[in-house]
Amino acid sequence: MTDFYRALEVNYPKFFKMDGLSKLGFLASEKIFENTPNRFEPREDIAVVCFNRSSSLEIDMLYQKNIQSNENYFPSPSVFAYTLPNIVTGEIAIRNRFYGETSFYISEKYDTEMIFRTVNNCFLDKITNFVLCAWIESFKEKLDVKMFLITKEKTDNEFSEQTIHMNDN
Amino acid sequence: MINTVGTNIISSLGFTTNENYENVKRGISGIKHYDVGTFGLPEAFMASLIEKERLNDLFYPYCNHVSQSNYTELEKAAILSVFDANKEANIDLSSKKTIFIISTTKGNVKNLETPSKNPMHKVYLWHTAKLITTFFQNTNTPIVVSNACISGAAAQITAMRELKNRHFDYAVVIGADFLSKFIISGFQSFKALSSDICRPFDKERCGLNLGEAVATIIYTNKVHNAKHRISLSDGAIRNDANHISSPSRTGEGSFRALNCVLQDINKEEIAFINAHGTATLYNDAMEAVAIERAGLQLVPVNSLKGYFGHTLGTASVLESIISMCALQENTILKSLNYNEQNFENQINISTENKRTHKKYFIKMLSGFGGVNATLLFEKISQL
Repeated sequence: MTDFYRALEVNYPKFFKMDGLSKLGFLASEKIFENTPNRFEPREDIAVVCFNRSSSLEIDMLYQKNIQSNENYFPSPSVFAYTLPNIVTGEIAIRNRFYGETSFYISEKYDTEMIFRTVNNCFLDKITNFVLCAWIESFKEKLDVKMFLITKEKTDNEFSEQTIHMNDN
Repeated sequence: MINTVGTNIISSLGFTTNENYENVKRGISGIKHYDVGTFGLPEAFMASLIEKERLNDLFYPYCNHVSQSNYTELEKAAILSVFDANKEANIDLSSKKTIFIISTTKGNVKNLETPSKNPMHKVYLWHTAKLITTFFQNTNTPIVVSNACISGAAAQITAMRELKNRHFDYAVVIGADFLSKFIISGFQSFKALSSDICRPFDKERCGLNLGEAVATIIYTNKVHNAKHRISLSDGAIRNDANHISSPSRTGEGSFRALNCVLQDINKEEIAFINAHGTATLYNDAMEAVAIERAGLQLVPVNSLKGYFGHTLGTASVLESIISMCALQENTILKSLNYNEQNFENQINISTENKRTHKKYFIKMLSGFGGVNATLLFEKISQL
């Protein structure tokens, strides 16, 4: 992931403090927004909605190791802060100045039916015009991220259960 | 707009909504001191804990067809809570038209302490959710919301959207978080815990108390029954885009979330705001700024953290239920342990149980990840 970060040629030292989940989400969103004009203008109409299977279990296990015994007891606030899956949505919001909705859902598998339904539901918010939607998994050395920017407007590339199923990159 | 048909709360203050609400009305707090060694922690702490013996006793009659040991205490409490909420609602929990939405931050994270005794899959949040829906023979994939301390509000907003879009007729929203060494040590490491009972919005406030609770609301998009007259009318989630673990000084996300639900209503009709009010220095100051910026400085504000502590993923489900009970009875509840505020712009903290005849209340929430939520509830006039 560090190689990928360097290849992006962005200067964002906070990246190195992030857990695996946040790093993955950060990199994917950088790729999506890298050529967006005026990308750092604050906006409230983009929601960030992520899904995964393992929540923040990767960093949870690291944190647990640090508190397991009272002889070697080192609860670290900077580790604990990442023991929530939705932190990645916050990192993306901070980087891009998105004041819109941020949410995180857990499901057993990459469930296109549920993702499709949930993203469509998000447009019931009167301000939301775009949903940055992602499946982000970082656990047991397995990294997986699929990220889509979905617009409320009709486009040629229609958002459906099938398209998110096919777009397996 | 979606309507409530049944609720339940399991906490230090009781095992039904009514038991909890009556205790709050009498000004009773469930927060107690726990000595060094509780949960294996090297430090003492104050918290509000569920009585585990009573939980296991109450669950026992329900487990004739399964082994009691299949369930963690968190899962037992969730099942019990749904059972009790459905005594009022009396809906078909196994129906394809009923969706379960589970709000939790850490679920069975406690199992990480003893990996040899607990199979790994027990810590997955979707596994806990599946166990609950399987118990009620519901075959829909449950939705699990894990959005830090606003999870319970996010789950209610998810329910509202699913029901508005007519994907389902009923939504069973369950908030469930238990305490453990993992969670308490983390908040201790942040120096966020108060060594005394917390004092939301008071100038002497010096941190929060944690609490464990499970709570359930069953919502429907169908017409109201006679007993429940409070509806969830609107809700919004907004981010501070500022910091992952400390709130924005300008209350940016919270203010924006408030603005979303204030669009179509008359502010004069708001009975009260039930704030997040954790009693940390920064959270309460941030909420005061957001409330003032939204022009709500005269609206009575309370926090229920002095009664239950901060119950994490359960907080907004539990606090919405207590606030619904209050509005139904035309009551504004008092905020416990408040004397005086030191905010730049004063807000109106509720210091005693008072009568109201207004029809809305607002629930506010904020959490790690810079996330904030606002829910708007409305009392429907008698049919």
